[in-house]
Amino acid sequence: MSGQGRVTARAGLFLGRAALRLRRIRAEQRARAWQHDVLGPPLRLSPREKELVGRHWLEARFAPGLGRKVAWVTSGAPVELLKALDFFVVYPENHGAICGTARVAEGLMMEAEAAGYSRDLCSYARTDIGCVLSGRTPVGRIPRPDLLVACTNICQTVLFWYRVLAEMFEAPLLLIDTPFVYYDEAPAHAVEYVKRQLEEAVPLLERISGVGLKAERLRDVARLAKTASELWMEVMQRNRHQPAPISAIEQFIQMAPIVEMRGDPETVDYYACLLAELDERIARGIGAVQAERKRLLWDNLPVWYRLRDLAETLGRHGVVLVASTYTNAWGELAPMIDPERPLESAARTYLHPILNRGTGHKLATMRRMIDDYRLDGVILHSDRSCKPYSVGQIDQRERLTRDYGRPALLLEADHNDPRCYAEAQVANRLAAFIEMLGP
Amino acid sequence: MNDALCACGLDVGSTTAKIVAVDRAGEIRWWHLEPAEPRVEDQVARLTDLAARAGVDLSTTPLVATGYGRNLVKVAARTVTEITCHARGIQREFAGGGVLVDIGGQDSKVIYINPQGAVVDFAMNDKCAAGTGRFLENTAARLGVALDDLGRLTLSSREEVPITSTCTVFAESEVISLLAQGARLEPVLRGLHRSLVRRLAAMIRSVGATSSLLLSGGVARNRAVAQLLEEETGARVQVSAHPQLVGAYGAALVALEMQTQVE
Repeated sequence: MSGQGRVTARAGLFLGRAALRLRRIRAEQRARAWQHDVLGPPLRLSPREKELVGRHWLEARFAPGLGRKVAWVTSGAPVELLKALDFFVVYPENHGAICGTARVAEGLMMEAEAAGYSRDLCSYARTDIGCVLSGRTPVGRIPRPDLLVACTNICQTVLFWYRVLAEMFEAPLLLIDTPFVYYDEAPAHAVEYVKRQLEEAVPLLERISGVGLKAERLRDVARLAKTASELWMEVMQRNRHQPAPISAIEQFIQMAPIVEMRGDPETVDYYACLLAELDERIARGIGAVQAERKRLLWDNLPVWYRLRDLAETLGRHGVVLVASTYTNAWGELAPMIDPERPLESAARTYLHPILNRGTGHKLATMRRMIDDYRLDGVILHSDRSCKPYSVGQIDQRERLTRDYGRPALLLEADHNDPRCYAEAQVANRLAAFIEMLGP
Repeated sequence: MNDALCACGLDVGSTTAKIVAVDRAGEIRWWHLEPAEPRVEDQVARLTDLAARAGVDLSTTPLVATGYGRNLVKVAARTVTEITCHARGIQREFAGGGVLVDIGGQDSKVIYINPQGAVVDFAMNDKCAAGTGRFLENTAARLGVALDDLGRLTLSSREEVPITSTCTVFAESEVISLLAQGARLEPVLRGLHRSLVRRLAAMIRSVGATSSLLLSGGVARNRAVAQLLEEETGARVQVSAHPQLVGAYGAALVALEMQTQVE
């Protein structure tokens, strides 16, 4: 890395951070005057979260200039190992969500479709491929990957998506195969199998990063990841309180650090502050919705380009999304992380995400959440792009309705592709569902 | 003004607009139905004028609006979805709850109503007009068959030509190409009805098994739909006496409840 490159990167970081800080201060000023007829006041920390995420993408942009190697990874990749080896980790799925909320995903997907990628493919994959092909992104610039890591614990699409990326960037692809967990727990041989893959990957990762793996560093990262995941779980569990201080819709935004900055000290600090703010909201009786009447569970990814509309539509009727299986997935595995046995516990943790387990497990999770959070009903987002998450929802809906006495609505949409969203139909179903929930 | 008319319901659907006025006992005293127009607000103004001429004093009579255009009805005291209104209307006609199949112009609904008349579950066709009135209407129009003759012609054939396309647009092309290849009209129509009814049967199964079905919506006037639905589901089908008015009637009953609560 040339000295001049480093100077440019440092200057870019300095200026970028200053701009993000200024944006945060302005947002904080605006937030003080913020008023809404049905929603509760926004989180005071929201502008800080935006700054944190903005800084992450800013640092990503200048990471190569500062001599760091960049890894693009799937959302279920064992990131602790990569962080311990000083990789700068970039999550194309999170970037996809940013494109979705910024409502630029459709244009990017069309770039991918024009290049021959079918509309039947996952909208995150199409957004990402469209971004690579066009170079367009709302986060400034995404650095080229020196390494790609795909873990099969969320879906099989990532295998093919990352092979495409590997070809586009001529970058090495590390595949972590996580066998599906059919019963309550992954068998010992599956844990051993994944652990061995991680161990065997270490020399390759060291060679690419140019950094040797230190046990102490790996333990530290795992400890930070565990603490952040525990704090995130606590954040969500604050919604056992009525009124719920933070809606699941807000959680969809607030979850960015636990996904893409897990293992960083800033993430631990942020969630500790968020928890304190939620406790303050609870003490002052502040809810996500001003007049909470009904509490719902959301299943599946959010509809990124309609978050605000959904919050307002539900809020007008005193309905709040209190919990979601999606945000829960980033906290529920915290107990499995063992910093003293980082590789073995990573193998176990990354075998057990909700998407790598059976539909019965998801049903049991939903039932538990209904009890824990005292919920009145469930919205199951049948996500055209995410088949592993959506499979089984028809039966789950039936079981929740008949055996568990909770009204459940199946809502067809797509997490990132607005062309799969039928505005009038969704509004009508939601309205009818809210009426069905009763007074 | 006619004191007997105590409450009004207006159902602004995708194919037709209906207005119903009920008396204190909740009986239909006046109604009007006409094809839906693109300028919803103008049509609503005309319909409320008609109601006024029939003796409804809208300054004192509550009106509840339902249907896709409900939010454009400015005079409405309240807007309520078709799901709730259909349940309310059909419950009044056939007390004791049940499974209602409403086949409208733009969507089909299956509503599970408990014995007390509350909606406990519902299913609707998603994003696609297959399984709706439009599916039959489009094809009938292309074939030059009057909607009122559709049921009779369908039932006149025991033969059936299967239609494989579920998409309304593609089914229309398929029907035309079958006829061009020499297939007879009646068996093709029977196949077309079968396709619609099968989609409905799948929706009914998603809501729950039942031994009897209630049927409403404009398509309920087509006898072939009721008959094939019985064949397909094994359930007895009872058709509403005013199949197209069930939603507007339910809306009027909701309005009547509001009126009663005020008093």
